[in-house]
Amino acid sequence: MTSMMAPSHKHGHDEPHVLPVSVYVAVWAALVVLTGITVYVAHFDFGSWNTIIAVLVATTKASLVSLYFMHLRYDNKFNLLILLGSLMLVAIFFYPTLTDLTTRGLIEPIRDLILPNR
Amino acid sequence: MSTHVMAQHHPAEYQPPHHFPSARAEAEASKVGMWLFLATEVLLFAGLFCAYAAYKTLYPEIFKGAHKLLDLKWGAVNTMVLIFSSLTMALAVRAAQLGQRLNTVKFLAITWLCGAAFMGVKYIEYSHKIHVGLVPGQYYDMLGFTREFLEKFPQTPMSEVERLARGAHLFYGVYFLMTGLHGLHVLIGMGAIGWVLVRAMRGAFSPKFYFPVELVGLYWHLVDLIWIYLFPLLYLVG
Amino acid sequence: MTQLDPSSPANPEGHTPPKGGVSFYQAARGWKSWVFTLDHKRIGIMYLASVLVAFLLGGIFALLVRLELLTPGKTIMSAETYNRMFTLHGAVMVFLVIIPSIPASLGNFILPLQLGAKDVAFPRLNLLSYYLYVIGAVFAIYSMITGAVDTGWTFYTPYSALTPNSVISMTLAVFILGFSSIFTGINFIVTIHALRAPGLTFYRLPLFVWALYATALMQVLATPVLGITLLLLIAERVLKVGIFDPAMGGDPVLFQHFFWFYSHPAVYIMIVPGFGVISELIATFCKKPIFGYRAVALSSIGIAIISFLVWGHHMFTSGQSVVASMIFSFLTFLVAIPTAIKAFNWVATMYKGSIWLATPMLYALAFLWVFTIGGLTGLFLSTTATDVHLHDTYFVVAHFHYVMMGGTIFAFFGGLHYWWPKITGRMYNETLGKWSWVVTFIGFNMTFFVQFIMGAKGMPRRYYNYLPEFGPYHSFSTVGSWILGLGFFLTAYCLLSAIWKGKKAGDNPWGGTTLEWHTSSPPPLENFLTEPRVSGGPYDRT
Repeated sequence: MTSMMAPSHKHGHDEPHVLPVSVYVAVWAALVVLTGITVYVAHFDFGSWNTIIAVLVATTKASLVSLYFMHLRYDNKFNLLILLGSLMLVAIFFYPTLTDLTTRGLIEPIRDLILPNR
Repeated sequence: MSTHVMAQHHPAEYQPPHHFPSARAEAEASKVGMWLFLATEVLLFAGLFCAYAAYKTLYPEIFKGAHKLLDLKWGAVNTMVLIFSSLTMALAVRAAQLGQRLNTVKFLAITWLCGAAFMGVKYIEYSHKIHVGLVPGQYYDMLGFTREFLEKFPQTPMSEVERLARGAHLFYGVYFLMTGLHGLHVLIGMGAIGWVLVRAMRGAFSPKFYFPVELVGLYWHLVDLIWIYLFPLLYLVG
Repeated sequence: MTQLDPSSPANPEGHTPPKGGVSFYQAARGWKSWVFTLDHKRIGIMYLASVLVAFLLGGIFALLVRLELLTPGKTIMSAETYNRMFTLHGAVMVFLVIIPSIPASLGNFILPLQLGAKDVAFPRLNLLSYYLYVIGAVFAIYSMITGAVDTGWTFYTPYSALTPNSVISMTLAVFILGFSSIFTGINFIVTIHALRAPGLTFYRLPLFVWALYATALMQVLATPVLGITLLLLIAERVLKVGIFDPAMGGDPVLFQHFFWFYSHPAVYIMIVPGFGVISELIATFCKKPIFGYRAVALSSIGIAIISFLVWGHHMFTSGQSVVASMIFSFLTFLVAIPTAIKAFNWVATMYKGSIWLATPMLYALAFLWVFTIGGLTGLFLSTTATDVHLHDTYFVVAHFHYVMMGGTIFAFFGGLHYWWPKITGRMYNETLGKWSWVVTFIGFNMTFFVQFIMGAKGMPRRYYNYLPEFGPYHSFSTVGSWILGLGFFLTAYCLLSAIWKGKKAGDNPWGGTTLEWHTSSPPPLENFLTEPRVSGGPYDRT
């Protein structure tokens, strides 16, 4: 925590961190292959796993883009924290909202059993 | 492996604004600012993804049925276009880091053209959808849906098609809102790329001062990231 | 004094800095020096002026609403006008006043000073943020002229998707104001990370800075969801998408989830900067370091995190599932922990302190009183069983006015009095300041305390008419609102007259220890003539 919060006016290291072209091309090739995979598996029906598989492949692709194309692997770790923090909030947003949608009317039968006069 | 590259010749030493101790500090701070902005973009789209998840949970059959009328071929082409543009954008940033003006301009121009190609494909898709009435809400055409669906899947029983046709407007509502907002971001990204492209042509950047290219790059990659999720969720699983 | 490095030429004695710099007012003149300024101090002052004008406007709406409720039935306006009045009061006060009040006005002015920085990280973005605020305000005024909105500031669907009033322009106004808020938040976070003076580590930051940091996190992470919610509402009105329309298979409760995912953190966006101001006031006027500094600092971050987990407590009676309500109710009780940490630590700081009852400190004491009432009544509302009874009654109105008005506005006023000498270089009249505090405090409690009682007895909020048994409470509350209005008028006179008639304040009239008191009043163009260096805690005294 403390190291992430260090003031960023460090001197020295004035030269940019340059990745070789081969890394970028390799990442791009991996993205193309993963796109192929996700399109290919969509031809099969895994039931509710369809969405999970699609999201997992997409997340792998997204990780590659953010770690290499967006330099998060080599960058100030606070930037990674911002991205992960925003994703955590997305989860916090989704989970209770979907819990509400899927649990409506779940407790009421039990309540009516205990308090039949309501 | 990565390499540290010494600054080559560049026109004039870049002077950061006086409230920053160094050019490096300015670039780092701007990058943190950009990442915070990207976090807001993630949460902006999260609202739409949440709406998608909510209605997919409530109406799984309808989403599964209605998504079959999206054009998988065009969606896949657009995915490839955007992924390729992400590569060229990353290479443009790299060229800017190295002070290679010509390469920076070249790769930025390719990225911009990819963006234009993406919007071209979206135009083809949208105009077809609008033509046959697969649009959100009150402009949705149930007959158009039925016709399209039977044309593509003639074996489907009529009762099934009718059931889908009655609810499919929600899917197209979500589809147009998500891809529409994403398309707007592509356009904004193209505008930003155009801006750094002009500056790069004028030789504004050097290995000490290239962070505007990097910031535009981050934005463009985010546009790609969102499409990476939109494509499978809308076109593949529905 | 903040432990300035003895080797620093800025401050060998620990007080008066070297003189000779011209103040930022004198550094440039003419209207252009304000309209195109990139100086955080001028932008802060422009925000302050705009927020106070909006406060006057929102206050007039509030007085009209209270006047209408003086007697049952029609008093001065029709029911339709009344609906618009309370909506405008709510929307103006929330989006144009309370959210930008402390961070964008006082924060803009004070934050770089407390960090020992020359400006915020992105001065252009700062100015853009101000103009977005102005554009948002223009849209809001346009909406008022073209029929106003009668949905309540919450814009609940399906009504907001159906009412013929000008919902879209008001929605756009709030959307634009949201971006203004986001940009301020981004600016503050980066400024705090990148532009702290040498030696100013995170645990040496004044608590106001910690509070602004926590606020900025919430602004950045919550506001975009409001943005998309309002875009969806516009899509709902223009395209009839049906996402929130039950007739088309949509779910109106989903709108409430979206809205409160932003608006609950927004409640803390409103109050947490107030916490920061109170910490500064108590440290200065008790002449002691804040007891449990780290706990108070981290509790701001704690509140920011918990704020994202509790939004469903606004929806206990909306048709939300009971399971979700139970989870939200449980999580809501957690908010009491970091809030209590703050309240207890403030009181512990005052214990055996040498308390100076100047006007800012009086506002801090008033804050502790009203905020404790506001906070504790929140626990009634977070309990699902009592909330079913109290939901949408005046109890809720009283609760959030004790927190928003009694909490945030009192902290804002305390901060205004505290930093007024720094901003203007002039000291207000202390006697007048104290009297206006007395009137404001009495008026506030008269207006809102009775609302707890009538709410508990079942008076619903937002109603135009009421049963005769509620008459005495409503009349009492309305009379209270006049006293409150008088208090605000006196406060405004007290502060504004100081600009022309006030005595020169000196650089550090309160004996404050944080960095803003180590430069001249008003500060020079780039805040400090020599870069400050810090080697101790924010409230250490030598």
